[in-house]
Amino acid sequence: MKASASISFRSARPRVLHFKRVLRLGLKALWLHKLRSLLTMLGIVFGVCSVIAMLAIGEGASHEAQEQIKNLGSQNIILRSVKPPDEQKASDRGSQSFALQYGITYADIRRIRGSLNGVEIILPSRIMRDFVWNIDRRVDSEIVATVPWYPSMRNHQVLAGRFFTDQEMDNRSSVCVLGTEAVPALFPLDSPLGKDVRVGSAYYRVVGIMAPRTKSTTDETERRTTQPVGNSMFIPLETAKTRYGELLRKIRSGSIEQERVELHEVTVKVASPEHVAKTADAITALLERHHKKKDYELIVPLELLRRAERTKQVFNIVLGSIAAISLLVGGIGIMNIMLASVTERTREIGIRRALGARRRDIVAQFLAESVILAGAGGIIGVLLGVFIPLLVSHFAGMKTIITVWSPVLSFMISAAVGILFGIYPARRAAQMDPVEALRHE
Amino acid sequence: MTETTTNEPIVRLADIRKAYQMGRVAVTALDGISIDIAPGDYVSIMGPSGCGKSTLLNVLGCLDRPTSGNYFLGSDDVSRLDDDALSEIRGARLGFIFQSYNLIQQLTVLENIEVPLGYQGRSDEESRALAEELAALVGLEHRLHHRPFELSGGQQQRVAIARALVNDPFVILADEPTGNLDSASGAEILRVFDDLYERGKTLILVTHDENIARRARRAIRLRDGRVESDVRFTAADSD
Repeated sequence: MKASASISFRSARPRVLHFKRVLRLGLKALWLHKLRSLLTMLGIVFGVCSVIAMLAIGEGASHEAQEQIKNLGSQNIILRSVKPPDEQKASDRGSQSFALQYGITYADIRRIRGSLNGVEIILPSRIMRDFVWNIDRRVDSEIVATVPWYPSMRNHQVLAGRFFTDQEMDNRSSVCVLGTEAVPALFPLDSPLGKDVRVGSAYYRVVGIMAPRTKSTTDETERRTTQPVGNSMFIPLETAKTRYGELLRKIRSGSIEQERVELHEVTVKVASPEHVAKTADAITALLERHHKKKDYELIVPLELLRRAERTKQVFNIVLGSIAAISLLVGGIGIMNIMLASVTERTREIGIRRALGARRRDIVAQFLAESVILAGAGGIIGVLLGVFIPLLVSHFAGMKTIITVWSPVLSFMISAAVGILFGIYPARRAAQMDPVEALRHE
Repeated sequence: MTETTTNEPIVRLADIRKAYQMGRVAVTALDGISIDIAPGDYVSIMGPSGCGKSTLLNVLGCLDRPTSGNYFLGSDDVSRLDDDALSEIRGARLGFIFQSYNLIQQLTVLENIEVPLGYQGRSDEESRALAEELAALVGLEHRLHHRPFELSGGQQQRVAIARALVNDPFVILADEPTGNLDSASGAEILRVFDDLYERGKTLILVTHDENIARRARRAIRLRDGRVESDVRFTAADSD
C-alpha cells in the first residue's frame, strides 16, 4: 500500500515562499494600511535621520576644533603671560600708576634654550592692541610683534607678498604684514602691498598679507591660545622692542594702567611629538624656579588634541546611546503594529495554513512586513539624515562631515531592528493552531 | 474493505480516536472510526452537533492529528506527520471549502484562487493560467479582478471551490458549503458538486441537512464519535 507513492509529500518545494512573492505580499499588506505603515515607519525614520545628522554635525565640529589645534602645531608648546590673579585685583581697586610687571621674560627663553635639548625653534611674540591707520581709515587690531619664522611654525600661510625677513628683523625695519580682515577696511580699493600704514606715530610698509584663519570665538581652545585672527598686523619683534620698549600703557576711564610684559607668547617647538609632554614638564619646572607668582601658562596643543579626541569619543558614545534608544522605540512601534496586525489577520493566517502554508511561510510573510517597514524607514532616514547636514552647512555655516559608515551602519541597524522586533509577532502568527485560527471571527 | 477490493481507497481511516483534555475532563470526540473512501466517491458525513463531525473533518483535513489510529491519504500514513509535512499534504492533496467561504478579503478573485499554488512553488505565469482556467470552470471569468466583498455569497463560494480545485487535490473537503447561502445559491453550489463528481473528483461533504446529504452517493452518519450508519444510495435514491 505504501510502495507506490505517486506524489511524495516531501516534494522539491522551496524552503520558504519565493522571495519576490513574499516581498510582494508584504508590500501589498502594508499598502492596504498606508497611514498605519507610514506612522510606524516614522519611528525608524527619525531615529536613523537624527543619528546621521547629529554624527555629521558632531564630526564637523570636532574636525574643525582638531584642525585649529593642529594649526597650533602638535609639536609645539605655547607659553603665555598671564596677569597674576591677586595683582589683577590690586590694579582694579585703585588708580595706582606703578607699572605692573609680570609674564615671561627674555631670560626665561635664554634659560629654556640653554638647558633643554631637542628644543628646536623658539617663537617669541608680543601682542598689543592699537589702531592701525591708513590716512583716515582705521582698524582696531592686534599688533603681533614676532620673529620671521612665525608662519612656518604656526602653520599660518602668507596669502600675498611675503613675511618679513631675518634681515628686516635685525635692521629693526618698519615693515608689517597685515591680516586678511584688516585689508578691506584699510585698503578698500587697491592692494596694500608697498603702501604704508600708521600705528601711533610710526609708519610701517606693508610687505605681505596673511591667509585667513578659521575663527570661532565660541571655541574654548581658540580663546585660550590667543590665536591671532584675521584682524591683526605682524611686525618684527626687534622693531617693536625699540619702538615701544617693554612698557605697555592702557588708558582706561581716566586712569592709566601700566604693565611691563617682555613677551606675551612664546612657542617652543619640540623635535618629536613623543617628547612634548616631558619637555612641557621640564619647562614648567624651569619657570617655577624663577617666577614667584604663577604669571604664565603652558598650553600643549597635543594634549588639547588628545582631550578633543576623548571628548569626541564621549560624544560618540552619547550619540550611540541616543541612536540605540530611538531605534529601540522605533522597533517597539513596529512590534506593536505587527502584533495588532497578526491578531487582526488571525483568520487569514488560518486560511493560509489550511491551504498549505507552513509555519515558516507565515513567519516569512510577517517578517517581510516588519523588515520592509524598518528598511524603508531606514532608507528614508538615511536620505533625510544626509540632507539635513547639508541644510545646516548651508544656512548655519557650520561645517558638517558625513562619514561613509554612518549611513551604512544606521541602515543596517534599522534593518536588524526590523528583523529583531518582527520575529516575535511573526512567530506568534506561525504558532497559531490552524483550527483555532479558522474559527476566529 | 467490502467495496474497495479492486479500487484501492484514497482515504482510509483505521480506528481513529481523538481525545481532548477540557479542564480536568477528558472528552472523547472520535471513538474508533474506520472508514474507507474510494477515489471518485461522493460522501456526506452527517450527524447531530457534538457528534464529532468537526473533529473528523479536522483530522481528514490534516489540520489536526488523531490521538491514535491511522489515516492513509493516498498511500501514505499521514496520522503521525509533523506540522510542516501536514502543511505540505494540505497544500498538495486537499481542497477545502468552508461554510463561510474563507476568502482573503484584500485579494482579488484570481489572487484568492492562486493562494495554494504560491505555497507549491509554482511560477507566477503557471499560477495565473491555472487560476484563470478554474475561474472559468466555476463561471467567474468576468469577475477575475473583483474582491470578495463585491461578490454574492454564491459567487464567493464558487471562488472557494475554484481555489479548492486549483492544486488538483486527492480529496475535496466541504464543511457545510451551503450553510450561509439562500436556497437558490445553495442549489447552484450543489450542482457544481454534482458536476465535480461527474468529473471523477473525490468529495467529502459535512452537513447536518438530510436533503443535501441525499445528493451524495454515500452517507455516513456519526453519533457520539462512532459511525452509526454507512449507507450507499443507488442512482434511483439520489434523483
